[in-house]
Amino acid sequence: MTDLEEDILQTAKVWKSLGKNVALATVVATWGSSPRPVGSQMAVDDSGQFVGSVSGGCIEGAVVQEAQDAMSDGAVRLLDFGVSNSQAWEVGLACGGKIQVFVEPLV
Amino acid sequence: MKQATLHALLSYRTDLRPVVLATNLVTGEEGLIDPGDDRVIADLPAPVAEALMGVLRSDKSTTVETDDGTLFLNVFNPPLRLIIVGAVHIAQPLARMATLTGYRVTVIDPRSAFASEERFPDVTVLSEWPDDAMNEIKPDSRTAIVTLTHDPKIDDPALETALSSTAFYVGALGSKKTHAARLERLEKAGFNETQRERICGPVGLAIGAKSPSEIAVSILAQMTESLRQKYG
Repeated sequence: MTDLEEDILQTAKVWKSLGKNVALATVVATWGSSPRPVGSQMAVDDSGQFVGSVSGGCIEGAVVQEAQDAMSDGAVRLLDFGVSNSQAWEVGLACGGKIQVFVEPLV
Repeated sequence: MKQATLHALLSYRTDLRPVVLATNLVTGEEGLIDPGDDRVIADLPAPVAEALMGVLRSDKSTTVETDDGTLFLNVFNPPLRLIIVGAVHIAQPLARMATLTGYRVTVIDPRSAFASEERFPDVTVLSEWPDDAMNEIKPDSRTAIVTLTHDPKIDDPALETALSSTAFYVGALGSKKTHAARLERLEKAGFNETQRERICGPVGLAIGAKSPSEIAVSILAQMTESLRQKYG
């Protein structure tokens, strides 16, 4: 397996087939410098295990939490991250960019 | 995302067919759009159809505003391909690095001693003449072609086929002198200046590469530049 994006969706399918709850996170917009392009994805399972990335590692922790919430309530989420975020020092992007991430449960 | 959508998306990818996943970011509703299906395209609102063609061409996903909210168009183009002509030393690191970068690699060399599976694990190896092999592979706009043999008998037919294709990158190993002689032969073969100028030669970005692996880095960097900056 060399194509990393394919790996992520394939992994999501395998996790789901094993009976796990799964959510997908996708970068849908970026402003300024951002480490991962629009379309970058992450798959998260109910234990917090994840594959793929939506940033250079700065916001993955927050996205995993939102993904687990999405698995619980079944709702989609559109998240904004950036320097203007009130939690910037915690989950902000060191590069100074802004990104929008869509989180959805796999149902 | 519905599991059925995910399974359908994965089967498009297995079949190496382009597809766009359209997701409404407000409601989470989604659908797959097959760019080969003219009826579906005809039914799309004009701004969506336009954005759809844009993401397929540029390979960059984007959002588009519709009456029903923001729609995210996530493009899944078939993988990039690299055709390496000449199963020489440089081809070994280049095949491995390109595979890591997401390319499906085919190595072509009519000399069967060079083109052995042992020297090129995990890539397709064809012990055929390059023009025959490339006519089967059908290079497209997501294909890069690099010739490495220095031997006009092998490189030239490959380059002639490459220049007749829409490949996004064509590179040829060889010194400035070798390259000048090559361009003269291609001119005699009827290729005009615009066509000849598509060939990156001497191949690779000028980073002072010495070892085969470093030369592979310079070639892969130049391929990336062509893909992302010249045509992105």
